[in-house]
Amino acid sequence: MRRALRSVFERIDRFFDIAFTPAWNPMQQLGALGWFFYWIVIVSGIYLYIFFDTGITQAYHSVEYLTHEQWYAGGIMRSLHRYASDALVVVVFLHLLREYVLDRFRGPRWFAWVSGMVLLWLLYASGISGYWVVWDKLAQYVAIATTEWFDSLGIFGKPIARNFLNHASLSGRFFTLLIFIHIAAPLMLLFGMWLHIQRHMHPQVNPPRGLAAGCLIMLVILSLWFPAMSQGPADLDTVPSIINLDWFYLFIYPLLDHYSGTLIWAVVAGGTVLLSLLPWLPAVRKREVAVVHLDNCNGCARCVADCPYSAISMVPRTDGLPFEQQAAVDPSLCLSCGICSGACPSASPFRRRTALIPGIELPAFPIQAVKDMILSKTQDLAGNNRVLIFNCEHGLDLAAAPMTNFAQITLPCVGMLPPSMIDFTLSRKYSDGIFIAGCREHDCNFRLGNEWVQQRLARQRDPYLRERVPAERFTQCWAGVSGFKQGLSELEVFQERLARLSPPARQSPESRLRDGKNAECANA
Amino acid sequence: MPEIWRMILQLPFYLAFALLLAYLSQQPAYQHQDPGHALIKLSLSHAGEHKEECRRLTPEELAELAPNMRRPISCNRERLPLLVEIVLDDNLLYRAYLAPAGLSRDGESTVYKRFPVTAGTHTITARLRDSNRLEGFDYEHSEAISLSPQQNFVIGFNADTGGFIFL
Repeated sequence: MRRALRSVFERIDRFFDIAFTPAWNPMQQLGALGWFFYWIVIVSGIYLYIFFDTGITQAYHSVEYLTHEQWYAGGIMRSLHRYASDALVVVVFLHLLREYVLDRFRGPRWFAWVSGMVLLWLLYASGISGYWVVWDKLAQYVAIATTEWFDSLGIFGKPIARNFLNHASLSGRFFTLLIFIHIAAPLMLLFGMWLHIQRHMHPQVNPPRGLAAGCLIMLVILSLWFPAMSQGPADLDTVPSIINLDWFYLFIYPLLDHYSGTLIWAVVAGGTVLLSLLPWLPAVRKREVAVVHLDNCNGCARCVADCPYSAISMVPRTDGLPFEQQAAVDPSLCLSCGICSGACPSASPFRRRTALIPGIELPAFPIQAVKDMILSKTQDLAGNNRVLIFNCEHGLDLAAAPMTNFAQITLPCVGMLPPSMIDFTLSRKYSDGIFIAGCREHDCNFRLGNEWVQQRLARQRDPYLRERVPAERFTQCWAGVSGFKQGLSELEVFQERLARLSPPARQSPESRLRDGKNAECANA
Repeated sequence: MPEIWRMILQLPFYLAFALLLAYLSQQPAYQHQDPGHALIKLSLSHAGEHKEECRRLTPEELAELAPNMRRPISCNRERLPLLVEIVLDDNLLYRAYLAPAGLSRDGESTVYKRFPVTAGTHTITARLRDSNRLEGFDYEHSEAISLSPQQNFVIGFNADTGGFIFL
């Protein structure tokens, strides 16, 4: 089922890539859109609170004033407040489903997943309490149903639903408590959102401006076209029979009319616990985490800057070498993506005097092994369009491509590839071109691998690809798992292009032997 | 692709999103209760009598107690459960023994119940027993009432004002 859902997500992604460009693709901006909608809710909420009267009888009239008398500002703000809250629910659930389908919730990512579960509760507490304060018929229904639901827990001495028995029983103090909840819950939600992204380096909390502008314009037009309205003043002497529910927040309430409150509590609490345990059902089988080789670490901190999960930090030097700091890996945060070794300046295959051991690398996938594979896999390629593909194990796989004259090296993430490896392969004539195939653009399995590769190859991010590497001899294809057709076509075009270029001299058997010996020396 | 085409392609997405928000934020309407029905809510909180009557301690029993604990009267804290009955037009709507709250069963017994009934004229009888009598009730109130559709009718209780209150 997850595979089918993944295929559905990728198809939607492809459509959105065309309509929005990969950089603006809303499906890849769900978290950032969540933040954006949250801020709209907060700003509109502050405006509404300025005019809102917290008295029981005055609350409804103050909201009506905002809706009708001040429709041009207060009315729009009220509608924005509602629709942005609803949009927040939509993107939150899509975000949750997407991370599940793409298997991005296990291992060290459990923290974001579990904190997300807590956020769901806070989101619903914020939204549902918002419907109370309007004190219309919907508010009356929600307030009574909610308090009756809480009473089913049996934790209150006297049922709190008694506060809504009739007109006389509702106290102003209790109503003020509801308003306090509606202010406190969103603030706690904000704190939770901040915690949620704490383990991410460079978290994206702002969507691209164009996408944000599009969403805001859509919400404003919707607010003008279909403004949020109250459903008549609350009257505790009557029972609302037909109610227009906001199904995004209140979908569970009709169930309370058919099943016991305790059963519904068991379902929502059990569901939350089950979802929270998903990262360990089963636990991910992870590669060994990155290790630091102090002999080759000069404390440059490039790995710290590139690690997408803040798993590396700089600590005082412990080995007496004349550097102030050294890298240290936190195993509980490391996802074993190898991006750190791609960032390490000492991961250069040109080294001859010492073994190819970078300052930091994956023990199960050392940089020396990458060099060895370059030497061995390109051995049988011939002609003037020999292509070496570096692909990501979570991204596009072209191993089954029908054309010949290419070899593929699969890395945990293409961000693990040091740019010097491309220089080495081309300058030593092991192939005529390099084809980098990874996850879909802006959808890297390890968040930032694609971005760092693009910037390194564009000479915008350290370690830079050397200027001498001819741009026409390497290309990137961010087609993702389902982009086989696209990858095939781009590989074909690339091979044709290479064939038209004047071929570089082939690697002499002697120099191949020399590089191989260096590799053996390093292995020894 | 020219920017204008891209924007045109984006429009269906924004439109679909807006329609989804507009529709599900209010529709489909939910019928919480039949519009022809009224609602009777029973809500009471009352402490039953003590399960055992207080008794005077004998001089021997007093002598066994520490000097500062020698109260002549001993009262068991536990209270009796309430028996509550609601009868609507000779049909028993609700009958339950309500246990007192608290670990020592010395608190008030509480009930909060909702009963949707058809609108119209009904005779409602509410009865409550809070003593250890075996037959009959300590409080009873009966009244013919006319319930209009969607009316919220509350049956409350206050022993100080004579028992049941129909609101």
